[in-house]
Amino acid sequence: MTTTTSKHDTGREVSSAKEKWLRAYRQMVRIRLFEEQVNELYTRALMPGLAHLYSGEEAVAVGICEALRIDDYITSTHRGHGHCLAKGATPDRMFAELLGKEAGYCRGKGGSMHIADPATGNLGANAIVGGSVGIATGAAFAAKRLGTGCVAVCFFGEGALGQGSLYEVMNLAQLWKLPVIYVCENNLYNEYTHYSETTAGDILGRATAFGIEAASVDGQDVRKVNDLATRFIERARAGGGPAFVQANTYRYSGHHVGDINREYYRSKQEEQQWKTERDPIKLLSKWLIAESYADSAQLEGVHSDVHAEMEAAVKFAVAAPYPAPEEVDQDVYA
Amino acid sequence: MPERELTFAQAVREALSEEMRRDSRVCIFGEDVAEAGTPFKVLSGLVEEFGAERVLDTPISEAGFTGVGVGAAMAGLRPVVDIMFGDFLTLTMDQMVNQAAKVHYMSGGHWKVPMVMRTTLGATRRSAAQHSQSLHAWFSHVPGLKVVLPSTPYDVKGLLKTAIRDENPVILFEDKMMYKMKGPVPEEEYTIPFGVADVKRTGDDITIVATSSMVQVALGAATLLEKEGISAEVVDPRTTWPLDEKTLIESARKTSRVIVVDEGYGRYGVTAELAAVIAEGAFYDLDAPVKRMGAMHVPIPFSPPLEDLTVPTEQTVSEAARQLCGKS
Ligand SMILES: Cc1ncc(C[n+]2csc(CCOP(=O)(O)OP(=O)(O)O)c2C)c(N)n1
Repeated sequence: MTTTTSKHDTGREVSSAKEKWLRAYRQMVRIRLFEEQVNELYTRALMPGLAHLYSGEEAVAVGICEALRIDDYITSTHRGHGHCLAKGATPDRMFAELLGKEAGYCRGKGGSMHIADPATGNLGANAIVGGSVGIATGAAFAAKRLGTGCVAVCFFGEGALGQGSLYEVMNLAQLWKLPVIYVCENNLYNEYTHYSETTAGDILGRATAFGIEAASVDGQDVRKVNDLATRFIERARAGGGPAFVQANTYRYSGHHVGDINREYYRSKQEEQQWKTERDPIKLLSKWLIAESYADSAQLEGVHSDVHAEMEAAVKFAVAAPYPAPEEVDQDVYA
Repeated sequence: MPERELTFAQAVREALSEEMRRDSRVCIFGEDVAEAGTPFKVLSGLVEEFGAERVLDTPISEAGFTGVGVGAAMAGLRPVVDIMFGDFLTLTMDQMVNQAAKVHYMSGGHWKVPMVMRTTLGATRRSAAQHSQSLHAWFSHVPGLKVVLPSTPYDVKGLLKTAIRDENPVILFEDKMMYKMKGPVPEEEYTIPFGVADVKRTGDDITIVATSSMVQVALGAATLLEKEGISAEVVDPRTTWPLDEKTLIESARKTSRVIVVDEGYGRYGVTAELAAVIAEGAFYDLDAPVKRMGAMHVPIPFSPPLEDLTVPTEQTVSEAARQLCGKS
């Protein structure tokens, strides 16, 4: 996997960079259009329960996961669809899971907040805030011990900075020089409360206090996220130990699909500003066009391809059968 | 004049606001309890009336702020700690079990912890394994804690007020599915003592002891049974500790057949204890072993057709009653 930036002096690098960023573009569009379908399924009362949409934050999952190998690990959150897709899951089985169908990644038993997929190193999304910090760190411990060369990425929202176990495992990861990257997706809100009301002091300082290398990045710029991720991941893979990323980003929708009236905690104007000025897909498309890597017709083509992919995936999931009743007490024990 | 009706959520809010007006030591903290009024909108309006000094949004730090509740209670406040989903109680366990529950006894009766924890229980909201559990049995197991399981707007208001006035750590579980349920709540002040069961419906042929979310299920089952000539009595203990053993045993002796139904896991659960109390106390009057019904012994699945299999329903409870009465 290449790690070049926009500087391209040889023809080969031009084509690899072009491929790389077009692929990142497609991945972000896939997440965006996936989430649009989820919202649609909710609105049409086809999806049981709720879902937490990742729209607006695509550059974080894609920037990070494009720097990972397929066998590297991730752990994800209640807002996990983006991580899951970015790591290589397919939308048909994801939609099936969201609808509680047997064909879903978890045979319908997990739902939106619990998608897991061993084939892509996805240890699982988690509905407990901070619930996976130990799991990711443990996977990194196993990778080191077994010498697989794998790294683990632990995605969490800035709300998880409130959980004490994060500090317990960061301390341990640094002591044991574990190949784990903590990725704090700061989308400004813990549910309905601005993070400044729940988070004292400095965010990066929480990691640097343990001697963990830490950096903030513009989470709307997939190229910047990817550059930073590549550096930290390769360093961890080489035995350099853990790292901490604060990706500054924004969720476009409510905390979950049912969170419609939200002006009591954030203004429509703020939402609009992020959508028009800081949209990760628009930002990358501008750059791709400026670099002559694509023209707008090509990029529109990506959208229509992906749209068709998502429609087919939804259709598959809607038609898929529910698990049989006998499934209910299967898999309680291994 | 027709009796005033409130929803379960309104009754919770009214209990809290009355107690906060009565006693300036009462304060609330938890995640999104202030402007958001919790995700279930149960606390809406409280921060507006009582201010941000008494209704505090916390970081997502359940272990930490539960401990703060314990310490604040020891040092003179009356905190009501909000744990959004009962599943997150796991994060508070050390503070509740090793600290709150033991402080009074360990200190030779010198310190006390007059703290209330409010949280939720119950499945069938399609929220999957980490947002659907009913973990009240764990707390009922621990000496030093009191555990409250209100099942109606009337009960939650009276029991919550009692909880706030109690000198001990009390944990109160609210069924998430019940917040919109309406019921009569008188305008005038009242409290409901702990350890007093409520006979929600009288009957002669069988007793259904039901808690929290299962009370409505039991009442529904009783209605079905009535049509078939089986008269069911529904008894709601309202608190698992202290427990009104007397009322349970008396009802069992009267009807001679008992089902115990609770949304927690059956194995080693609340139903096991209630069944044992009844079996010991009414042994010579029982015509059949006490039947226990609870959540299936599996993590709650997301898929709706599977999730619906995991909790007792009017149908499964009434079927069990028919069998016990030899009428199926
Ligand atoms: C331990 C725990 N406490 C509370 C919750 C309820 N809850 C779900 S999401 C959330 C806010 C999370 O904020 P953040 O971590 O910033 O992630 P975001 O939703 O912004 O992506 C809360 C409080 C939970 N799921 N787990």
